[in-house]
Amino acid sequence: MKELINYTLHLADDSLILGHRNSEWTGHGPILEQDIAISNIALDLIGQARNFYQYASTLINNPTPKYATEDTLAYLRNTNEFKNCLLVEQPNGDWAKTILRQFFFSAYQFHLYQHLQNSRDGTLAAIAEKSLKEVTYHLRWSSEWVIRLGDGTEESHSRMVNAVDDLWMFTDELFQPALYELLAAGEGFGVNVSSLKNEWLKKVKDIFDEATLPTSFEAKKEPSSGGKDGKHSEHLEKILAEMQFLQRTYPNSEW
Amino acid sequence: MIEEKKIAEEKIWRLLETVMDPEVPVLSVIDLGIVRAVKIDDYASGERGIEVIITPTYSGCPAMDAISMNIRMVLLEQGYKKIKISSVLSPAWTTDWMSEYGKEKLKAFGIAPPTAKQQVCHTALFHDGEAIQCPHCHSYHTKLVSQFGSTACKALYVCENCKEPFDYFKCH
Repeated sequence: MKELINYTLHLADDSLILGHRNSEWTGHGPILEQDIAISNIALDLIGQARNFYQYASTLINNPTPKYATEDTLAYLRNTNEFKNCLLVEQPNGDWAKTILRQFFFSAYQFHLYQHLQNSRDGTLAAIAEKSLKEVTYHLRWSSEWVIRLGDGTEESHSRMVNAVDDLWMFTDELFQPALYELLAAGEGFGVNVSSLKNEWLKKVKDIFDEATLPTSFEAKKEPSSGGKDGKHSEHLEKILAEMQFLQRTYPNSEW
Repeated sequence: MIEEKKIAEEKIWRLLETVMDPEVPVLSVIDLGIVRAVKIDDYASGERGIEVIITPTYSGCPAMDAISMNIRMVLLEQGYKKIKISSVLSPAWTTDWMSEYGKEKLKAFGIAPPTAKQQVCHTALFHDGEAIQCPHCHSYHTKLVSQFGSTACKALYVCENCKEPFDYFKCH
């Protein structure tokens, strides 16, 4: 049961944090249509996070009520209790970096949910089935933008190359299972993430080829991980400070 | 008794036709295809409990809370007391569940209705082969501006014939 809770929270945290990051673009997007697009993607991700948090809270409250709700899980947990990967908490940077972060993550989530649809756990399978349709749109949108920028102007190409240099080091963690992911996969309700790496790499290579981006993937920086076990960068601290401020200052406030 | 129960359920389905989507106010929850089931418990006893099971269009659809509340309000107004609105995720909602009548109403409202799902729901990039008809001048000479529109369920198009931008209720 503890593994199922941790695994569900991990899925929720990934979606919530990336959703929150994307929402930082609302009102600041490069053009109106893309401002709307990134805000829509934020909304989808936060919706998925809500479904996972609601499920996690029913699991936590069973058999003894512990008064967990989707809101207490999002707003009242500390940084080291969050189980999202480091990739999703990275700052937005420029549009190229935001696009690439979305593309890396959507390509991962697309394959993850395809497998999670067959989970032995009916609720996780249902959330995955529902979310996969949304993620398909995210993947298409972010793939097109990687190509548009990579194969665009000298400026957009170099920004894309810089984004790869900044973010590549966080992609390994997606495919390194945390203990609860291993146990979840072993029990048949989770996905063996290390098995997704080849499909993911192939998708990235195909898109990068079309985007005229280098596909050698020589990591310039040491791979970084630990987020899934609660070891985060200072960036998550700052996100939570902003996101949780209201509920921590005025507990249970509603609007 | 079974007949009576069926009639009672049918009455609720009819009532639900009057509950509109707050974001696309020409469509009822029935037109949208988001009501999955209506159940009446303990029909024989006086304590008839009504359960309406709905499914969200999109995970983050902000209209779902308002829709649940509106369903509850309509049932309360009609004197129903024990009301439960629950939500299921599987099978996932698809635009194929939208009624034909709903699609006509959408078009009259100025939103292009969803086309058959096989045409659009895939990961292929930059495709523009799908023919989305302009709800204003009915031309098929239209262009996708953005896959994401004013709400999660819509994409933004522009008609190259009459030059009007329009929303397309995208396939899902």
